[in-house]
Amino acid sequence: MSKISFATVWLDGCSGCHMSFLDIDQRLIELAEKVDVVYSPLVDHKEFPLAVDVTLVEGAVSSDEDREKIINIRQKTKTLVSLGDCALTANVPSMRNPFLVKDVLDRAYMENVTINRQIPREGVPRLLPYSRPVHEVVSVDVFIPGCPPPADAIYFALCELLEGRMPDLTGKTRFGA
Amino acid sequence: MNPSIRVKTFKIDDRDVSAREDETILAVARQNGIFIPSLCYMDGLTPIGACRLCMVEIKGSTKLFASCVTRVEEGIEVITNSKRLQKYRLRILEFLFSERNHICSVCVSNGHCELQSMADQLGLTHVRVPYRYPIQPVDATHERFVVDHNRCILCARCVRVCDEIEGAHTWDIMGRGVEARVITDLNKPWGESESCTNCSKCVHVCPTGALSEKGKSTAEMKKKQQFLPYLTWIREGRT
Repeated sequence: MSKISFATVWLDGCSGCHMSFLDIDQRLIELAEKVDVVYSPLVDHKEFPLAVDVTLVEGAVSSDEDREKIINIRQKTKTLVSLGDCALTANVPSMRNPFLVKDVLDRAYMENVTINRQIPREGVPRLLPYSRPVHEVVSVDVFIPGCPPPADAIYFALCELLEGRMPDLTGKTRFGA
Repeated sequence: MNPSIRVKTFKIDDRDVSAREDETILAVARQNGIFIPSLCYMDGLTPIGACRLCMVEIKGSTKLFASCVTRVEEGIEVITNSKRLQKYRLRILEFLFSERNHICSVCVSNGHCELQSMADQLGLTHVRVPYRYPIQPVDATHERFVVDHNRCILCARCVRVCDEIEGAHTWDIMGRGVEARVITDLNKPWGESESCTNCSKCVHVCPTGALSEKGKSTAEMKKKQQFLPYLTWIREGRT
């Protein structure tokens, strides 16, 4: 069987979903025999490849950089998987959404700061007005809820995808899990 | 049993069932182990048909019926889980999640929330309507309890338990549509309420993290609901 190409990416997330992915432990070796990791924060590839079979995406779409990345990734990915509550619901990053970006930045970098007060503008991506779930920006094929999703749920979903099935995660994980 | 009460025979999901004529479809379904989802319904409180999750179909009618407030009828054929019902139930959950700010991962009720477990049970993995992200207040003026309107689904269990069981009627609902909100007394801060008896019944019947005890952190707020059937049973025994 030829290996499928596999990528992971994180946008506005805490990397907890990736940690949970690593928590599938020794089964990673099994998985490594079936997939080629072509792009991931866990490996050293700089450019997202032209064609990828399965991409896991962690995190919400919160900045112009996130949006560019995910649009690019969607175009080059066959099956896009939203991994975890930030990708699914915008979760914790969305807690800023009731407020204006300017007010949020002022709160973080001006009001609560005693030295070197300034809002970072150079070399950092610009925040979008709202932090949004991935499927509000591009189409998503598979959804794995959880904060983070349990390792077993991630492993189950990947195995189903490798077998060519759409995973049904009912009862295996939930929002906030 | 009162001899003037008749028994009705009918079908739920092709199963023959019988019930007293004053019973609701939801009650009879539960007695027979048939699952109908619900959020605002609570055994021991007057049903109000607010959440609409318990809607069922009755053969011969194109209308949907909230089974918690629909009495049984002779010969009806009830369908509890058609494709159409599944679709509407998911939509209702999506509207509930998008209407306010439900951030499960940091909620006091994470893991003990009826809205969260309903989403899991009905297979809701993502919300297809845009979130509203309203600014909602949190009232922590009460000595022991907090109301977080971000998590409220307006099931009115707090309103009903306070009025019907505690007899204080501290809670009410003010406003209409997306502006609706549970209030204490005449929209006074909870801590200044003169009618609240600090009994905590509202906190424990609340299905989500909207009402909680102070000092509880993420996932620590477990609700204790056993008191309600017990109180109802004792009181019915007395009269």
